[in-house]
Amino acid sequence: MNSLNFLKSNKQNFYYFLYLGLFLFSISILDVAINAFLKINITSFLPGILSIFLPLILGFVGLNFIRTEYSGIKSLDIINKNINTNNFNAILTLLIIFAIIKATPPSLSWMIFDANISGDTKEACTGTGACWTYVKVWFRRFMYGMYPNDLHWRINLAFILVIALGFFGFFLRDNLKKYLALYYVIIYPIIAFLVIYYLISGGAFGLVWVETGAWGGLSLTFIVSFFCLIFCFPLGMVLALGRRSSLPMIRYISIGYIEFWRGVPLITVLFMSSVMFPMFLPEDFFMDKLVRVIIAITLFEGAYCAEVIRGGLQALPRGQYDAAKSLGMGYWKMHIFVILPQALKLVIPGICNTFLALVKDTPLIFVVGLAELAGMLALAKTNPKWLGFAMEGYIFAAIIFWIICYAMSKYSYNLEAKYKTER
Amino acid sequence: MSEPIIKIENVNKWFGDFQVLKDINLDVSAKQKIVVCGPSGSGKSTLIRCINRLEEHQKGTIIVDGTELSENTKNIEQVRAEVGMVFQQFNLFPHLSILDNCTLAPIWVKKMPKKEAQELAMKQLEQVQIADQANKFPGQLSGGQQQRSAIARALCMQPKIMLFDEPTSALDPEMIKEVLDAMVNLAKGGMTMIVVTHEMGFAKEVADEVIFMDEGMIVEKAETKEFFANPKSDRTKLFLSQIL
Amino acid sequence: MNNKIKKILPQIITVLFVLGIFGFFTFNAQINMDNRGIDFGFGFLTQESSFDVQFSLIEYSGSHSYARAYLVGLLNTLLVSFISIIFCTILGVIFGVARLSSNYLIRNSAAWYVEFFRNIPLLLQIFFWYYAALRALPVPEKAGPWFGVTYMTIKGYYIPSFIWTNLDIFLYSILAVIISIIIISTYAKKLQENEGKQIPVFFISLGLIFLLPALTFFIGGVSLDFEIPALKQLSKTSYVFDGGIGLPPELIALVLALSLYTSTFVAECVRAGIQGIGKGQKEAAASVGLTPNQILKLVVMPQALRIIIPPTTNQYLNLTKNSSLAAAIAYPDLVLVFAGTALMQTGKAIEIVSITMLTYLSISLAIAAIMNWYNKKIEIKEK
Repeated sequence: MNSLNFLKSNKQNFYYFLYLGLFLFSISILDVAINAFLKINITSFLPGILSIFLPLILGFVGLNFIRTEYSGIKSLDIINKNINTNNFNAILTLLIIFAIIKATPPSLSWMIFDANISGDTKEACTGTGACWTYVKVWFRRFMYGMYPNDLHWRINLAFILVIALGFFGFFLRDNLKKYLALYYVIIYPIIAFLVIYYLISGGAFGLVWVETGAWGGLSLTFIVSFFCLIFCFPLGMVLALGRRSSLPMIRYISIGYIEFWRGVPLITVLFMSSVMFPMFLPEDFFMDKLVRVIIAITLFEGAYCAEVIRGGLQALPRGQYDAAKSLGMGYWKMHIFVILPQALKLVIPGICNTFLALVKDTPLIFVVGLAELAGMLALAKTNPKWLGFAMEGYIFAAIIFWIICYAMSKYSYNLEAKYKTER
Repeated sequence: MSEPIIKIENVNKWFGDFQVLKDINLDVSAKQKIVVCGPSGSGKSTLIRCINRLEEHQKGTIIVDGTELSENTKNIEQVRAEVGMVFQQFNLFPHLSILDNCTLAPIWVKKMPKKEAQELAMKQLEQVQIADQANKFPGQLSGGQQQRSAIARALCMQPKIMLFDEPTSALDPEMIKEVLDAMVNLAKGGMTMIVVTHEMGFAKEVADEVIFMDEGMIVEKAETKEFFANPKSDRTKLFLSQIL
Repeated sequence: MNNKIKKILPQIITVLFVLGIFGFFTFNAQINMDNRGIDFGFGFLTQESSFDVQFSLIEYSGSHSYARAYLVGLLNTLLVSFISIIFCTILGVIFGVARLSSNYLIRNSAAWYVEFFRNIPLLLQIFFWYYAALRALPVPEKAGPWFGVTYMTIKGYYIPSFIWTNLDIFLYSILAVIISIIIISTYAKKLQENEGKQIPVFFISLGLIFLLPALTFFIGGVSLDFEIPALKQLSKTSYVFDGGIGLPPELIALVLALSLYTSTFVAECVRAGIQGIGKGQKEAAASVGLTPNQILKLVVMPQALRIIIPPTTNQYLNLTKNSSLAAAIAYPDLVLVFAGTALMQTGKAIEIVSITMLTYLSISLAIAAIMNWYNKKIEIKEK
């Protein structure tokens, strides 16, 4: 490194080096950008390899020139500190910048400029880019599955009601706030269940019955994850308390249950629900496929939920237990009035993550023949009228899932950070 | 006065926009004991962390035992091997036993045979009176014992200079004394010491000079008796009235 | 007395409840099986399976037994998990370290990588690679070589296979390398303890690893030939690659999806592990004069690994379990071969699903047991 020092600026010629360095750096970026956007190679007169590496070399020398420990110029110091701390970092910086520039034009033209969205048939897609017409035509199927088109308002209404009821707690008057936990843990799931059941499947109040086989698409993803979440929560709570119980038999059974389900993949559980459940139930007992799936996932996720809740219970300081006991509370009183209210608040981020995992796991239900979003894509992909657009479909689904999951993970992360600082 | 072992000239340092050290000048000669005090955020910790370059200064020069601190990593390691440091939070390595904590640097930096390093470590541990704990792990010791082990660990490198960064601030009151005793013993042995502390009793007993820092500057520097008897600056007076 | 009942009664009730459920299931299962004329038993395992599997590590055809089909599936599961674990570890370490970089661009690129691949369902990623990305590859006759001798086609990735002569001598030389490295490092440790001298064990080992096996080529009579895949015309329009090893596209898609998806979790483990080492540890190590490399080797890594390894093993376990999604794209793993095809043919639902679940369960429990033992062993002692 010392041998490079003669290339280093000193006090007198600092500005020459600064301007020269910035000039070289911008040249290198300009070269790559022109190459990528206009497809003109301005360095084509140079021999092959040199022409490829020239921007990298120029940029590297430029960054080397402007690197100083401390200049007093604010923006320069920010650059140096963040992307230009040493030679290795400078190279990586350049490579990342070049990669971004190189990747921009092809992806933009595929996604937007050369893409088609007009028309209703495959023939409308003439461009070289993506065929969003496909996604547009199939959009309702992707969202609602085979659910009859004129009844989609029922699904929408059900979801709006469920979400609205979820926010209901925020508007409660202060003197009712103490029932909030009761509301969310017991009343809300029941109401939500009834709303979804009667609105979406119908059969009462003058609504047409829609069999579960027709349910599908993204809405099915939410229905399955939502139901599984509200059912696996109480199951998880019981198991978590069981695992921390002082009674050995109860503890062993809980541990056995939790470790069993955590040790097997979900897909085998779904297989089990489709081929083993019918064997285990009384002869003439018919159980809907969707119900079987929900039960199977609930049993499975209940084990994960139990571990999350156990984490919350363990995070509580011993003092809380001691204090409750010293007031003469028994096991149930202590847990209901002192431990669970505190622990449940702590586990909200964990539960959020469980829900996230659930949403990411639901596409698996395709193995038993239920078609949510990924399943509908597989269906659409093989439709003879729309062959060859798998890419568009998967990118569309990926974007939707990504937005949902990213939002949720950020929410739970922030919540966790908030609780950490509050303590 | 002989050639100073630490020479600090016009040292400036910024954290972003905030200037933590403003034109610091300080000479320390061999075997001198200096206590640095001042309100929190006054830059006293930053100053001694600059001396073995845990922090980089941005202007000025620091020369330790004839070696100037610069970007040259060889110089830095050489200086660090000669300058021992004791931290407020002990910073013992939790995965190593006390003995291994002490022998780690002699073995890897000074290339000392393991046996010799262990003998040396035991001697230093005896000095701070925790030889019986040598095979325990840091997590098994009390705060005072941990801090004394940390002192022993630094001494195992046989440093010429010892830096103490608020060594007693993280300790319970009853443990402060055992750590201070160890430090007094060390001072009596003739070690060059720079100590950032609020323990004015220790300063009175041991220090040759006391430095008062505020807002990144050395406000007052005086011989110990002079410093406590008639402080010149108002800020020093105010500080002393609050702390004593 | 009252207290004792309070303790025992709930336990008895719970046990009876669990037993009741099991009894109820067994009772129903018996009736159901009687009605359908199925009997319970594992005798089918030795019967001839009479179905073929596309991709198998061991010799297998329809004339082999169901037990062997199970083994084929299990081996395929382990193969895809093993390859993916290697890749996801490499990627995870790179991106985990990159997330802590001082370079703004690197840090944020790594963060976006993690956020991107983590938040898309794994099944969707598998589908994407298999049905969209790999389908865009050329047909065999149009595929150009990658690195000269390998061919990436829509039908899979074709790589040369090795043909060894005197392989045993080569293997002995590797054994010799391992032994001599052990001897050298023990000697180095002794030397260091007694005289304080340090010898560059790492570079000596590196040299040995290359030198000794290379020597066997020159004097040991070892030679290595490659069978390079070559295009072969089956009919007018159909071509295949012959020779070499063909990795089926299902395997490639699975490995890609599994390792990208899991690497994001590994990256988070690595990041948490390195971040978990306080600044003070590095400062203390620096203050006694250790070089940056020594700090990493002696202070940071021993502590960081304690934090990183347990959750990472958990991710490996998840990966192995997730590899069961292979069934979705017809890669012949345990679930597809055994819980799919074999179950369809024999109708032995209870037996086959139980065996499949127990297989995964025992892998999980075995690894968990090893992990617990390891955690106990490396636990940092505290009061």
